[in-house]
Amino acid sequence: MISSLRRVGQHVLLLLSVLGRSGEIWFQAVWRRPRIAHAPLLIRQIYQLGVLSVVIVALSGFSIGAVLALQGYNQLVKYGSESALGLGVALVLVMEIGPVVTGLLFAGRAGSSVTAEIGLMKATEQLSSMEMIGVDPLQRIIAPRIWAGFISMPILSLIFCVVGIWGASLVGVDWLGVYEGAFWSAMQQGVDFNSHIMKGIIKSIVFGLVVTWIAVFQGYDAEPTSEGISAATTRTVVYSSVSVLVLDFFLTLVMFNF
Amino acid sequence: MQMRTIEIVVGTFLLAGLISLAILAVRVSGFTVNPDQQSYTIVAKFDNIGGLVVRSKVSIAGVIVGTVTEIRLDQRTFMAEVAMEINSEVDEISRDTTAAILTDGLLGGKFIGLSIGAEETYLKEGDEIYDTQSAIILEELIGKFLLNQF
Repeated sequence: MISSLRRVGQHVLLLLSVLGRSGEIWFQAVWRRPRIAHAPLLIRQIYQLGVLSVVIVALSGFSIGAVLALQGYNQLVKYGSESALGLGVALVLVMEIGPVVTGLLFAGRAGSSVTAEIGLMKATEQLSSMEMIGVDPLQRIIAPRIWAGFISMPILSLIFCVVGIWGASLVGVDWLGVYEGAFWSAMQQGVDFNSHIMKGIIKSIVFGLVVTWIAVFQGYDAEPTSEGISAATTRTVVYSSVSVLVLDFFLTLVMFNF
Repeated sequence: MQMRTIEIVVGTFLLAGLISLAILAVRVSGFTVNPDQQSYTIVAKFDNIGGLVVRSKVSIAGVIVGTVTEIRLDQRTFMAEVAMEINSEVDEISRDTTAAILTDGLLGGKFIGLSIGAEETYLKEGDEIYDTQSAIILEELIGKFLLNQF
């Protein structure tokens, strides 16, 4: 009884200390004034995290949009309201699937590589040698990655939505023969910029921050051995995927006033 | 890779983001970029507006000429007061026009249909349409039908 209580307490303390350390790293990296000299580092990270994820994001967006159109058409055509197909697909993509699936892909594609990279830097003692020569690794290594995630995620999510809607229109309009005018006009009437698209963008920004935060912290906190790095990479993907899904629920709860 | 190439690629990436945003805004949400489109507001009171919402369309002969901008309850008469913006190009709507709440298809949304009257004076900013016809509520229809039946 006592020992199980003690174990629970230990876990809670461990969790709190992890939260504390990760929060400290995040604030240290972000809250300090960014230097103009670090702009090339940021650009390189946007390339690594954002640009290199475009292909996978666009491909997934296209196939998800296409499959939504297929399934949606099958259900809607029973009620003769297949003209609402565009509206349904666009709302689902912009509000939910766009940010969430992009967040999951971003965690797998970019988060894992950030963790592995920083973990390896730590294992090969590049981070400590940086500190030795007076360069702050938080500012030089961590901060550009966090900012890059913050900038890249909404862009990736927007690309996902646009490609997804394009895929849906290809399947729905060009293949299944939904009337084109109704497809687009129902969409334009039902989708509102401020109350749907902006909220999707806010979601994607939050996901970008959370995923890069977890990735950076797991790398920074990894045990400097090969097992440690592999465990940290796994943790990054697991934790960030779960937190994207859980956060999505709460963000929806808050933003769409239930 | 060369730093310069990376810069160009990243620039393209940011531009792609902006273009996606523009596509979503214009093509998907029908965001109009000319807010200075001239319009005037007229109001109408209905007994029951059914499922009419703000941003519902206003049409004459099926052509969209404006949108519903505000719906509120008149506390004195307990009727729904609907304000709608009409395109300034359509400026010869006679005073005895009828406003009716219609349904777009079987499952579609509600919209306001105006049928033009015969008078020579026209509605201006802030005027009210007196001749209105409420939304057809399916339950009421069924109720009437049942009462007539027995």
